[in-house]
Amino acid sequence: MEVLIQTLVSGLLIGGIYALIGIGMSLIMGVMKIINLAHGQLMMVAMYITYVLFEALGLDPYFSLFIAMPCLFVLGALIQKFLLNPLLKVDSILPENQVLMTVGVGMVLTEVIRFIFHSDYKSVKTSYSSSAIYMGEISFNVPMVAAFGLALVLTAALFFFLLKTDLGKSVRATAQNTDAALLMGINAQWITVLTYGLGSALVAAAGTLLLPIYYLFPDIGGPFTLKAFVITMLGGMGSTVGAILGGIVLGIAESLGATYISMMLKDAVAMVIFLLVLIFLPGGLKTLTKV
Amino acid sequence: MSFFETKHLTKSFGGLIAVNDLSFQVEKGEIYGLIGPNGSGKTTVFNLITGFYPITSGDVLFRGDRLNGIPTWKICKMGVGRTFQVVKPLRRMTVLDNVVTSAFNHTGDHHVAEKKAIEVLEFCELIKKRDFPAKGLTIGDRKRLEIARALATGPELLLLDETMAGLTPQEQAEGVELIRKIRDSGITIIIVEHIMQVIMKICDRILCINYGQEIASGYPAEVANNEAVIEAYLGKE
Amino acid sequence: MKSSLWPFLIVLALIALFPVAVTSEYYRHIFIISLMWVVIGSSWNLLAGYTGQVSFGHAIFFGTGAYTAGLCMTKLGISAWWGMLLGGPISLLVGLVIGWICFRLRGPYFALATIAIGEIFRLVTTDWRSLTEGMEGILIIQTFRSKLPYYYLAFGLAILCTFGIYRVMKSKWGYYFVAIREDQDVAEHIGISAFRYKSLSLMISSFFTGTAGAFYMNYMAFIDPHVVFSLHDISIMAILVAIIGGVGTMWGPAVGAFIMVWLQETFRSAFFGLMPRWVSEAHVLVFGLLVIFVIRYLANGIIGDWPKIKRLWSKDRELSYSSSGN
Repeated sequence: MEVLIQTLVSGLLIGGIYALIGIGMSLIMGVMKIINLAHGQLMMVAMYITYVLFEALGLDPYFSLFIAMPCLFVLGALIQKFLLNPLLKVDSILPENQVLMTVGVGMVLTEVIRFIFHSDYKSVKTSYSSSAIYMGEISFNVPMVAAFGLALVLTAALFFFLLKTDLGKSVRATAQNTDAALLMGINAQWITVLTYGLGSALVAAAGTLLLPIYYLFPDIGGPFTLKAFVITMLGGMGSTVGAILGGIVLGIAESLGATYISMMLKDAVAMVIFLLVLIFLPGGLKTLTKV
Repeated sequence: MSFFETKHLTKSFGGLIAVNDLSFQVEKGEIYGLIGPNGSGKTTVFNLITGFYPITSGDVLFRGDRLNGIPTWKICKMGVGRTFQVVKPLRRMTVLDNVVTSAFNHTGDHHVAEKKAIEVLEFCELIKKRDFPAKGLTIGDRKRLEIARALATGPELLLLDETMAGLTPQEQAEGVELIRKIRDSGITIIIVEHIMQVIMKICDRILCINYGQEIASGYPAEVANNEAVIEAYLGKE
Repeated sequence: MKSSLWPFLIVLALIALFPVAVTSEYYRHIFIISLMWVVIGSSWNLLAGYTGQVSFGHAIFFGTGAYTAGLCMTKLGISAWWGMLLGGPISLLVGLVIGWICFRLRGPYFALATIAIGEIFRLVTTDWRSLTEGMEGILIIQTFRSKLPYYYLAFGLAILCTFGIYRVMKSKWGYYFVAIREDQDVAEHIGISAFRYKSLSLMISSFFTGTAGAFYMNYMAFIDPHVVFSLHDISIMAILVAIIGGVGTMWGPAVGAFIMVWLQETFRSAFFGLMPRWVSEAHVLVFGLLVIFVIRYLANGIIGDWPKIKRLWSKDRELSYSSSGN
């Protein structure tokens, strides 16, 4: 019983971070209608920024949020403005060429980082990295709890932005109907730039929060890109609320998988679940709750 | 038995009823008009006939065969062709290749298909544009291409969805001519149209619907003078 | 017609004579790998470029073919060459099942499903050690010491594949594939079962990719799941080969295959030892930059945008012509 509860707790905590990854992806998918196959790679870049700040300046990873997020916002916005938006004007045979572009971007990001830092594993060891709080038999890893808490704060801030500010409302309007948004005088190009920037900043936050509990190497991006679209799919494409649900479901599923199924196959299990949802529940898990 | 008929045809999207208990018969060789204000469910009727949307309840019968649940491509093979209101040329193919693709409907032989396609292009007076890429056509030619593509599948029943919208009066007159020619070649036509002069000129009988329901039917003159029809189009006084 | 065939025959003759003229095993190897990628790239192009179904999972078929050949040896005790016959049909069956599952999805959703299935194949083959030997991989003994037999086998396979696809594209199937790519709804309305023809396209594509995989097993004599089921090195490489040469063009993937393999080798060997060693670490980076450049400026690839390239190249001369009147 304790093992199960412990498993669920760690799953839930990591799920909070996954939710941040998923929300970023959902925003991009909702507004641009594309799959961002550079999502995990953007997160990886943010993790290296945090790592450098820690190594060079001794900056606490949580403080680095204030630097890594704006950096990635700018990086994401530049990618959207100079690489993705120009493709809208190109008549190509494959409608997926924006998606292919994100593949190229992901490759370049990974390789540039590999070039600078080489392929070695790195990690950030803080004083609190392995400390834990106990409630009875159940342990709560401190950096995970902190990450979960900060993920909640960031999610709340994002919702405030989307629901209460004019700019946020424009983003939502563009996601719902780009043509109508254009007619209402919304500058859709600028909204896409903003959205990709926001999505990148959110995944940057996730990366920074993960760093104290994870290790780091240039190829870490790929698996997290896969996770990002599993989360998004579970939550229903383009739904930010769904992404939170999807993140937590994936976190718990992975945690259960690692405890009760072989470590190797747990990723395969995630992929099978993903495939089943993709085919049989195209609206994501939230369609199950709808009457 | 009618050549084509629907019985109590109904379609609902969630709670919204788009087509409601619609029954009508079309005889062989007729031009049958389907009219109604915007959003009254005309295109939905076509999508139900071709199996593009699943039918909620009711039946569609073509030469005595029930079309319910048959996939779109099979319905086409059975002899029902259609054009789209928003023209959908196969953009990166030439005009000829667009039509050749359709002409493969009843043959696997390239020469047979191409011969049929050229015949159809001549019939539709598009033959001069045969090597143009479809994406570069004018709106009038795109509408012609829609018709040519549907004809090349060898239909016995042709569903025309607003083929005159957006055309100049000159092009409309040519369109009317073409539709009559198609009927004279032995193809039965159901036409959805907004332009009243066109409908009144070419239709043998007309069905007017609003909110997916029949509000009037009969000969053009009857329908034109029907109060419910006038009310649906112009609103109540 | 006849005159346009000549350059094509000359290129074929040059490739056929290459290993006679060049005795360097290294350059022969690069050509063999290039020819293998002609097969994979052309197969991907049939499904994605012509039929419009973008697959991120062609490693599934490549790996299935490679493992079919390997398992012939390790499990059936027969020569891995039987894989050249069996790899294609077995990949085709895998393709049929995947199509049955995934073709109800459209566009990017189909692409996502193929990534997921590709990952499942890689993870399961890694874990299923009793069948596949897991990460230890399958090692066989090469049949020939010379590269010449492999060279002509790869050449024959490339010709068979491109010529086969060429014939398919001239037939009813080809028209139907392109119709589905251009507009699936229209295709259904002109009598095309999109599901059936997408499956046919995938079957041809997976057949040739699987045969290429079986060839790889026989030629390289070693495979493991992370090599033959790799998302980056196989599935995405197949996409790159096709988009750089030209998606939806007949010869684009062939051109793309030679460019990509040469580029890969040039950088991997740091310009054949002429440049400092760090250059060799940049080869994937160069791929990435190339993808970005091609998608941004040559959306239809080198073959598809050839007129555009030619125009840029001869801009000066054109200007001088236009001044003299046309």
